Amino acid sequence: MLLIECPWCGPRDEQEFGYGGEAHIVRPADPHALDDAAWGEYLFMRTNRKGAHRERWVHSEGCRRWFNVVRDTVSHEILAVYRVGEAPPAAGRRGE
Amino acid sequence: MSEQPFRLFAGGRVDRERPLDFVWAGRRLQGYAGDTLASALLANGIHLVGRSFKYHRPRGILSAGAEEPNALVQLERGARTQPNLRATQVELYAGLHAEPQNCWPSLELDVGAINGLVSRLLPAGFYYKTFMWPRDGWMVYERFIRRAAGLGRAPSEGPDPDVYDKMHVHCDVLVVGAGPAGLAAALAAGASGARVILADEQSEPGGSLLATRETLDGEPAARWVERALADLGAMDEVRVLPRTTVFGYHDHNYLTLAERVTDHLPPGSAPDRPRQRLWKVRAREVVLATGAHERPMVFAQNDRPGIMLAGAARTYVNRYGVRPADRALVVAADDGAYAAAVDLADVGVEVTVVDVRAQAPACAEQARARSIEVLAGHGVVRTFGGSRVRAAEVAPLDGTGAGWAGGARTLRCDLVAMCGGWNPTVHLFSQSGGRLAWNAERACFVPAEARQRVRVAGAANGTFSLAAALTEGRAGGDAAARAAGFSGGADVALPAAEEGAEPAPTRALWSLPTRPPGGAPAKHFVDFQNDVTANDVALAAREGYRSVEHLKRYTTTGMGTDQGKTSNVNALGILAGLLGREVPEVGTTTFRPPYTPVTFGVLAGRDVGALADPVRTTPMHRWHVAQGARFEDVGQWKRPWYYPRPGESMHDAVSRECLAARNAVALLDASTLGKIEVRGPDAGELLDRIYTNGFKKLPVGRCRYGLMCREDGMVLDDGVSARLADDRFLVHTTTGNAARVLAWLEEWRQTEWPELRVWCDSVTEQWATASLSGPFARRLLGELTRDIDLDPEAFPFMAWRAGTVAGIPARVMRVSFTGEQSYEVSVGAGFGLALWTAIALAGERYGLTPFGTETMHVLRAEKGFIIAGQDTDGTVTPHDLGLGAMVARHKDFIGKRSLARADTLRADRKQLVGLRTDDPREVLPEGGQIVARAGGRPPVPMLGHVTSSYWSANLGHSIALALVKGGHARLGESLVVQLPQRSVPVTVVAPTFLDPDGERMRG
Ligand SMILES: [Zn+2]
Repeated sequence: MLLIECPWCGPRDEQEFGYGGEAHIVRPADPHALDDAAWGEYLFMRTNRKGAHRERWVHSEGCRRWFNVVRDTVSHEILAVYRVGEAPPAAGRRGE
Repeated sequence: MSEQPFRLFAGGRVDRERPLDFVWAGRRLQGYAGDTLASALLANGIHLVGRSFKYHRPRGILSAGAEEPNALVQLERGARTQPNLRATQVELYAGLHAEPQNCWPSLELDVGAINGLVSRLLPAGFYYKTFMWPRDGWMVYERFIRRAAGLGRAPSEGPDPDVYDKMHVHCDVLVVGAGPAGLAAALAAGASGARVILADEQSEPGGSLLATRETLDGEPAARWVERALADLGAMDEVRVLPRTTVFGYHDHNYLTLAERVTDHLPPGSAPDRPRQRLWKVRAREVVLATGAHERPMVFAQNDRPGIMLAGAARTYVNRYGVRPADRALVVAADDGAYAAAVDLADVGVEVTVVDVRAQAPACAEQARARSIEVLAGHGVVRTFGGSRVRAAEVAPLDGTGAGWAGGARTLRCDLVAMCGGWNPTVHLFSQSGGRLAWNAERACFVPAEARQRVRVAGAANGTFSLAAALTEGRAGGDAAARAAGFSGGADVALPAAEEGAEPAPTRALWSLPTRPPGGAPAKHFVDFQNDVTANDVALAAREGYRSVEHLKRYTTTGMGTDQGKTSNVNALGILAGLLGREVPEVGTTTFRPPYTPVTFGVLAGRDVGALADPVRTTPMHRWHVAQGARFEDVGQWKRPWYYPRPGESMHDAVSRECLAARNAVALLDASTLGKIEVRGPDAGELLDRIYTNGFKKLPVGRCRYGLMCREDGMVLDDGVSARLADDRFLVHTTTGNAARVLAWLEEWRQTEWPELRVWCDSVTEQWATASLSGPFARRLLGELTRDIDLDPEAFPFMAWRAGTVAGIPARVMRVSFTGEQSYEVSVGAGFGLALWTAIALAGERYGLTPFGTETMHVLRAEKGFIIAGQDTDGTVTPHDLGLGAMVARHKDFIGKRSLARADTLRADRKQLVGLRTDDPREVLPEGGQIVARAGGRPPVPMLGHVTSSYWSANLGHSIALALVKGGHARLGESLVVQLPQRSVPVTVVAPTFLDPDGERMRG
């Protein structure tokens, strides 16, 4: 079980959190300007990165806030935690 | 009462002043306090403890610990019975009752003839081959195999009378294993002031020191153990957990421990304490001092009772005061065997040593000094005996170890003690993600590269000498404490250990020759629990299994409850030899939790029965119970399902409730409906982006039914929202979706639109709601309120008003899920029961009838109203439901773009329709598959399935909703619902069976 550092509450057990998949996928400003392929890219396609992965978590059983985590998908090590709207810290760019 | 003929007069850690009676396989026997079941059996001269899994060969006690593959017992009876326990770990207590669990057809009977037959039936890969061909083979064999396998019985009586606990703790340093390395680590870490947990699976700390005659500071090693424990006991931050197995090493240094609190006491004798306790430990640093498991040697008929690991023989002598034999043959591939030979000889056992290495090692001198014959360069050809080994043939090996270099000689013996080398107990290290490396000198895998905050010390790290293990333990404990921010443990005094001779390398002779000189090959067992032989491994290799993971699954080696603790490395070595590769090239298997089997009881803890899951009840629950309601579980909620009157069936009650709602007035507890308050200047904007239809322009005082989709266009939930104020909405969700919808709103609000000034809060439990339905609903409500104008002009359908009902501040919404004239009255939860009883009292003269969820489902289905999650399943768009009119054209919302994808525009999507059965009394089963016509050769194309189906008392016929391919274009078409035994003809109709224009609810 992961130990996740909520930026608002501190380190808590994984079971208090919900997982939200890959972070920084921005919803297109005008979805109807996209063709099916481009919309499908936004909707379905994820990088499934091996290594440093920027992902969203929500502290469902705590402060209910969403935030971002950089997690190594091989070792499960958490490399960084940052708030929504903040730029990923340098650790999150490792392996890009 | 027998008198323990194989017990030594003195020595060991058993208490001869405390004899304990116990029953084994129906026999009354005696052991001593401090015994395990295994040591007590051996003291009574009992070696045969079970039969093997496939071949039903007699088997004895192989080991003295967790790695035991043979001596599996069924402990106790009735609700407390427990299977698959290792006799080597079961502590003896007065009155213990145990049975061998694998003894078909019987423990003592010699079934040589059956063995041969079974042997041909069950070659390697048997299960896979049987599953594949012949097609019905498994059906034939299964019953036979299940009976024969005999792997213990789960308790058939219940509930479990014992109590289990859980602990959640944090510590700075968790030390696993309290042998010399672990004790030294705990002393060093403890001295630094760190919070230390020392967990050890045995009945008392000490590990290998309890089983040897080594000295520390010139005294028996156990003295030092006592002093170390006293020192640890004086440290406030150190907690020592004996009888505690660390069975899982998970991510981020999270470890799970099973403490057997009272398993060593007679059942039920400690009612004030739990039986077992689960510890969930988050450790900053971990030191693994888990020791090593000795490897058996693979030779012909190496599985007879009386053949055991050399270290185990030594443990029974030194720790339990048992003399396990009169004449022993000790077989060595590693120096460890000589210590056993010496200890056996010193308690009067006649010993011969056979060493597969060409040269006897330096430590053989100690054996020779006791007149023990040492045959270097020799191996065991085969053994003889039935329920106990009685002789063995030994012969000189040729240089490669693949054949014999001379004639065999027969030695009488009633014990064969073997030492094929030692495997560091790397299970937890491997679970932690650590990488292993091959140590050729000692022919074993050792920890190499850690991935978590873990250190390994002592034999678990391949450091087998006592002095070095102590030093490494202290260094590990000190380093762990330092890493956790503490210091000062490096100088903890360590005792002086004896200097032994320099050990000679282990010989990695994975299997002795399979053929005796001039004889036929005999079985060489690799995995005792699963009866896998060296030949099975060879067969797998011939059939092309080159990966160790495939080998495991194909031969089932290492797949038993022992997880191959004594067999994996031998199997790997044999496979490597056959493939002409080195062991590390073939790889090692992955170790997974649990290290040893864990009871369901300890995993469940107190979360059983009524405490398994929270139960949510509404404020009116007591009234429902008093009225004899039957309840339905909706998520964690208990909702009244129907209210049967005396003598009524469910069908009778639901029909009566349905008729009352359409012809008089009926009352539903709607408190469980999810309620979310959405507040802020941008509340309307948020709902506009979430719902398929518009909310921004909804006037205050009005309500609107809304549909929300996921971004892929599929319906997520539906419900009515009321505008309470310009900046305030009350959103209703399906009962089971309340948490999900709130999370959905939060996700978009926080991550995509943080600029919106809006906040969402669950208010589900703050309100109690009584829902009135029926032609008399308005008149009844009129008797309970004076300040709300119920005139339809003043209070139209889909409006809400605030006021007082039965003197209670209330919010009344004119919405309808039943299709009737309907008012939902909500009051603060604390007033719920008062409101409800007031309505019930006032309603008597209108024939007010309480109704439950079943009637609610029927009434809404008559109207064709969907239930999200029942009539939708995550693959259904608003258009599929016939609700395309609710999809706004001039705004974007979540999922809108997806509704224009090619796939969502297909004409043959499954669409919601109604079904009428040709026989009006036939009620279709929900989930029934719909096909075009009866009969036909399979595979028959499936057109869809029934999602909702009821008897409608109001209409006098059954009704059903269904999702059918291209359903909207099939109205009037005849289809068939295919049931297992017959097919039911149906006609596709519009999904609204009653009052399609909604006059009743608007009136
Ligand atoms: Zn938080």
